[in-house]
Amino acid sequence: MSTYTSVTDDDRAAMLAAVGVRSVEELFRDIPEAVRLGRPLDLPAGLSETEVYDHLRALAARNVSAEDEVSFVGAGMYDHYVPALVDSIVTRSEFLTPYTPYQPEVSQGGLQVMFEYQTAISELTGLPVSNASVYEGPSAVGAAGYLAKLTNGRPRFVVSRGLHPHSRETLETLSRGYGTTVDEVPLAAGVTDAEAWAAALDSDVGAVFLQQPNFLGAVEDLEALAAVARQHGAIVICACDPMPLALLKPPGECGVDIAVGEGQPLGNRLDFGGPSFGFFAAAEAYLRKMPGRIAGETVDEDGRRGFVLTLQTREQHIRREKATSNICTSQALNALAGVVYLSWLGRRGFVELGELLLQRTAYARERLARVEGVALLHEQPVVREFAVSLDAPVERVIERCAELGINPGYPLGRDYPEHPNGLLVALTERRSRADIDRLAEALGVAVAAEREGVVEVGA
Amino acid sequence: MSAVDVRQTAQQRESATTIYEKSKAGRRAFVPPPVDVPERPLDELLPARFRRTVEAKLPEISEPEINRHYNRLSKRNFDLDTGFYPLGSCTMKHNPKLHERVAALPGHARLHPAQDPKRAQGALELMWNLERALSEIAGLPHVSLQPSAGSHGELAGVLLTRAYHEARGEQRTKVLAPDTSHGTNPATVTMAGYELVKLASNADGGIDLDDLRAKADDDVACLMLTNPNTLGLFDPNIEEIARIVHGVGATLYYDGANLNAVMGISRPGDMGFDIVHFNLHKSFTQPHGGGGPGSGPIAVSNRIEPFLPRPVIVRGEDGTFDFDHDRPKSIGRLRGWQGNFGCFVRSYAYIRSLGAEGLREASEIAVLNANYLLARLREAGVAEYLPVAYDRLCMHEFVLSGAPMKRELGIKTLDLAKRLLDFGYHPPTVYFPLLVDEALLVEPTETETKETLDAFADAIADILREAKEDPEVARHAPYTTPVRRLDEARAAKQPVIRQPL
Amino acid sequence: MADASYPDGLLYHPEHDWARVEGDVATFGITWYAQDSLGEVVFFEPPEVGTQTKQGEPYAEVESVKAVSDVIAPLSGEVVEVNGGLGDAPETINDDPYGEGWMVKVRLADPSETEALQDAASYQQTLS
Repeated sequence: MSTYTSVTDDDRAAMLAAVGVRSVEELFRDIPEAVRLGRPLDLPAGLSETEVYDHLRALAARNVSAEDEVSFVGAGMYDHYVPALVDSIVTRSEFLTPYTPYQPEVSQGGLQVMFEYQTAISELTGLPVSNASVYEGPSAVGAAGYLAKLTNGRPRFVVSRGLHPHSRETLETLSRGYGTTVDEVPLAAGVTDAEAWAAALDSDVGAVFLQQPNFLGAVEDLEALAAVARQHGAIVICACDPMPLALLKPPGECGVDIAVGEGQPLGNRLDFGGPSFGFFAAAEAYLRKMPGRIAGETVDEDGRRGFVLTLQTREQHIRREKATSNICTSQALNALAGVVYLSWLGRRGFVELGELLLQRTAYARERLARVEGVALLHEQPVVREFAVSLDAPVERVIERCAELGINPGYPLGRDYPEHPNGLLVALTERRSRADIDRLAEALGVAVAAEREGVVEVGA
Repeated sequence: MSAVDVRQTAQQRESATTIYEKSKAGRRAFVPPPVDVPERPLDELLPARFRRTVEAKLPEISEPEINRHYNRLSKRNFDLDTGFYPLGSCTMKHNPKLHERVAALPGHARLHPAQDPKRAQGALELMWNLERALSEIAGLPHVSLQPSAGSHGELAGVLLTRAYHEARGEQRTKVLAPDTSHGTNPATVTMAGYELVKLASNADGGIDLDDLRAKADDDVACLMLTNPNTLGLFDPNIEEIARIVHGVGATLYYDGANLNAVMGISRPGDMGFDIVHFNLHKSFTQPHGGGGPGSGPIAVSNRIEPFLPRPVIVRGEDGTFDFDHDRPKSIGRLRGWQGNFGCFVRSYAYIRSLGAEGLREASEIAVLNANYLLARLREAGVAEYLPVAYDRLCMHEFVLSGAPMKRELGIKTLDLAKRLLDFGYHPPTVYFPLLVDEALLVEPTETETKETLDAFADAIADILREAKEDPEVARHAPYTTPVRRLDEARAAKQPVIRQPL
Repeated sequence: MADASYPDGLLYHPEHDWARVEGDVATFGITWYAQDSLGEVVFFEPPEVGTQTKQGEPYAEVESVKAVSDVIAPLSGEVVEVNGGLGDAPETINDDPYGEGWMVKVRLADPSETEALQDAASYQQTLS
């Protein structure tokens, strides 16, 4: 059994004597007999450190990670390279082990990081106000919905079907609590159907939700869609992939009021889905209604520049049932990874990486479109991810590719039954032209084999 | 300030400079991989109307300088690895280094959340095992690991309560919570569309049963409770509380913030709770990361199970694991994917390291350490100025009131906290719970030694002695930290929340 | 910060608000006691001109760094003017609670409501 305590028998005797009780048992006398467990927990016995390591290593070995296969899976989380510098900084005790910066005099490191992070997110989104981050992407969409509800109280939300399915479902879960209904607008030719969008809007709509690029990888005409929503006084909320914001017009310049998104692509590892961070940026008008922590600049009593958590009266420890959110933390460590990563990419590098993704995505899309039995699902501009439709059962094709050490993408069928054999293919800088060629080849072989199989069964 | 002030520390002399202010055109760290595909004109791939015209003003800076910037910044933080951090309600226990190593294994760290469950069996088995362990610790049969934090678990719990009542055709409108509750409880109640009704505390710091009886009616959906509560006291009336709450058909919700006092000793499920949230970052030792990430799994009783967030992990007859998305009564998702898996790896490693016996021992020592520190403070003569708010044996934490100190010595709880920084300690939680005037909430945790507790008690005694002679010292503390007391009013009045560029 | 004072000639509400009635219009603010317990005011959230106040009910919010407080209307009526100067300088509420720190002017709906308010002397008695 491992133990992280250090009480010796002598310590225990001395401590009990100081307290004035005879046994540790006596310290628990307030707990009624009837609610005591009275037996050991039914859990395996404790292990030594080396045994725990071996057990965890054996479990990890049963996963096929992006280390083990050539993966084109994205769908909101991406296998970007995390620089060694990020690992080195986020594992420092001084960033890893403190709590929330309640005592700013001894938390200037963490608070300044938040301030720098907020600056980066503000630059990426083109919006002046960023918080210090929230849990992750889809719950950030949910948090934006609650802000809209607090702001105008209207009874309906309108969401594009291009919004990540997890974001749509999270929004529905949360809005059921406070009684706002969610209506969905379909996609047409891969992007939000402009006519249906206009038809769904009226003065009952408190907020609209879009995603850029949308879940199928298509770049939306954000400005046009936002403009229609604003005519009806709806708050425009857009979920963004932060990486293409190197190239895309920032949401703040497209009429978006609140931009949120999944921060994982920025220097955070995949971790089977978390922890990562959600970014949350908004127009000035929402400053005092923002959820979560915000760091602000000030001076100390000798006039030195310093940072504090600010505008805390929004938060639940002060405003309690009137708080603007129940979120009482940021994802400080993950946001730190984000800002170190963005600084490492730098002003030019961020754009260069965006352009590399754009070029490789275009190449991959063209390459796959030439494969027999593979067709583009839409022809809209794409920046790092695109959707195709297979003329074969997608799950079986994925199995065949897996045997070749390739994970070809994310199957769309569960989330988009209208595309039963749809496949979402994502690129990162780690997927070279050679990898793309291998993917095209593998897909060709797998689709062909499945089509032959169909013929055989039918014959 | 004069040019050379000999009293300043090196850190105080250094003025805070952001990474943006260190930027210089032309510097860089990242070198992109080559464009290895036929390059096409930008306009062809992405029409100009979709493109940004001004690039994001990220810093231009070399890798050595980024490295130095953040390493230097890190030294402006106080951290648990370096010093005692008795922050009440936050359970700042040691973060074993093994956990970072196993979480970073590529099979965990580079596993895509959309990987087919067939090729993520190790991850699903880990989650399944963690669910079983948490279920046993809570005394409730079903677990969802999805919520991202304690407050997220609370929201899940209250939405589950809503779904449970609605499935029975009932529209209840109110949720009860004691006046000592964490602020997230009332905030969650409002977010889930309920009206908060506050319960009074009795003279012993527990729930006032008469007030509960008066307010428990058919409109009440749920009572949210922390036990031991935020005063560090176990409510001995818990069975009666559960009877009253269940008697009106409401659910009983357990805020697991204080679970570290009772692991393997008493289980929320056995106390009558229907829904429990865990703070993996407290009882099960996640590093707090300067305020996140955390993780807030929930455990529930059979009657709540059909409504759990989806997907849920299932084990087939052949022993393989899968995600079940087909859950028609589910409240739905609360976030993307399956939760903060990286946190699950760490807490699972912790539970396997300690085992049944070790978890119980952790709680026992946490309670022993808290009671010892309280006794030691008394012995040091501190009680006269900082009496314990409720004079009985405490659980894993206790509340002192700084009211006599403020009255007799002229220093406030805030002053004491700031002076503690000069002594190298992180202060306890201050001004919470709200019920106690000038409150200090102290939670030493089980991983601290007797020597550390002795030294901390002595430091408090020293500060009080010093204040008797000259209260001005504490009133203007701290003196040795990278910055001194900060003007929070200025930050709130004219918010500057990003670097102007 | 100003010294403690409770001017005669004002009417006081037990929730620490004052009203200065001039004809059918009254000016509202918070008392010295209220601003002292709140600490330095960092934000004032005014109502919009045209909204109705109701005696005993909140019509605005004041915030310090660590607290937020509803401002209670001493009298009912329609807001005809708000003190725009508090937007940039909310600390005026601390510096001059009965003068430049006024909050709104209200056209009174029911002048007889003043009977429920206290004079300076009886309000001060409630503070001790």
